[in-house]
Amino acid sequence: MVLDTLQRFGRSGLEFFGRVGRAQLFLFQALAGFPGLVLQLRELLRQMYSVGVLSLAIIAISGLTVGMVLGLQMYNTLVDFGTEESLGPVVALSLVRELGPVLTALLFSGRAGSALTAEIGLMKATDQLSVMEMMAVDPLKRVVAPRFMAGFLSMPLLAAIFSAVGILGSYFVGVGLLGVDAGAFWSQMQDKVDLYDDVYNGLLKSVAFGFVATWIAVFEGYDAVPTTEGVSRATTRTVVHTAFAVLGLDFVLTALMFN
Amino acid sequence: MTTRAIEISVGVFVAAGVAALLMLAMKVSNLSAFGDENGYELTARFDNIGGLKPRAPVRIGGVRIGHVTGIGYDSERYQAVVSMSIDPSFDQLPQDTGASIFTSGLLGEQYIGLEPGAEDRYLAAGDVIRQTQSALVLEQLIGQFLFGKASEAGAQ
Repeated sequence: MVLDTLQRFGRSGLEFFGRVGRAQLFLFQALAGFPGLVLQLRELLRQMYSVGVLSLAIIAISGLTVGMVLGLQMYNTLVDFGTEESLGPVVALSLVRELGPVLTALLFSGRAGSALTAEIGLMKATDQLSVMEMMAVDPLKRVVAPRFMAGFLSMPLLAAIFSAVGILGSYFVGVGLLGVDAGAFWSQMQDKVDLYDDVYNGLLKSVAFGFVATWIAVFEGYDAVPTTEGVSRATTRTVVHTAFAVLGLDFVLTALMFN
Repeated sequence: MTTRAIEISVGVFVAAGVAALLMLAMKVSNLSAFGDENGYELTARFDNIGGLKPRAPVRIGGVRIGHVTGIGYDSERYQAVVSMSIDPSFDQLPQDTGASIFTSGLLGEQYIGLEPGAEDRYLAAGDVIRQTQSALVLEQLIGQFLFGKASEAGAQ
């Protein structure tokens, strides 16, 4: 009884470390395919379209509403202290440092990551990847590398758009509807937000999240059990694991960057 | 979707992303990372700087002319040493200019306010501001007030 439990424990541990190892081998092989992307720029663009451009609408709308809600809520608190001009720095700092990169990564994994996993998983389930191997085409170079690169490039751009649109949204609510002084809104923001400390570190975060989110998405697809159920499980795992990884990584990066 | 349309939309996407980054750099942040080398450096010693922080503004007559670049401690004089960078266009500060630490608003951030003196010669890079006034610490004020009240009551 005790031994059975121990065995189950050990088995799941072995499976876990096996997956981690496979994920790393997979990463190195996919990275090795990056130089070859110069020859398939058209494919890279096509993937950037499906990963980046198609995510643009949800990112922009979420950014706008998050910025507007943030502006409204913060205003209600700040007006009690008579410091509603600090709406600008509060909204800008929380968007640029935290909400922009993190929420973009979560939306990105739901919108683009799950699609990547399902696509690659179905390619595997329908033996398209095996066929490529038989034709001496490396699927890691032909299929995975352009998708990986597209996600890696798109995430920072999407996060920047999210933050910028969010700040415009809070400007619209704060200055347009609630009557905060426009000059104080921008000047206090420029006073408090530092290019290196805040904008650059936020950008760095979104680069890291983009890498992790895309890595998980393409790996889950490539590692999926090649059945209908396997693909569906892999898609779920992509979203769940990306959320865990991004939130955990965010804590570590925040502790390293802003203390 | 033709290849051309896909490529155009990706181009628009990348341009929008770069524009957003530029907006974050120019409009939202102050680009102070590039402006630091231009200013000239002044230092001032304070008995107590309160809650003054690096990057706090330096103002003269309410107008921002620079910012605090660093805060150190002089262990021989037991004083705080504040170094600040002043915009080079404000290079006509008299040598007997005084520096005080003020608070903007009741709960606002602390900043350094400069009061120009009357001397003909001007402060140059690396100079030390001699006349300084420490930050008002609320607890000290309340303590003094209570102490004064108590001694008043004792005298009666």
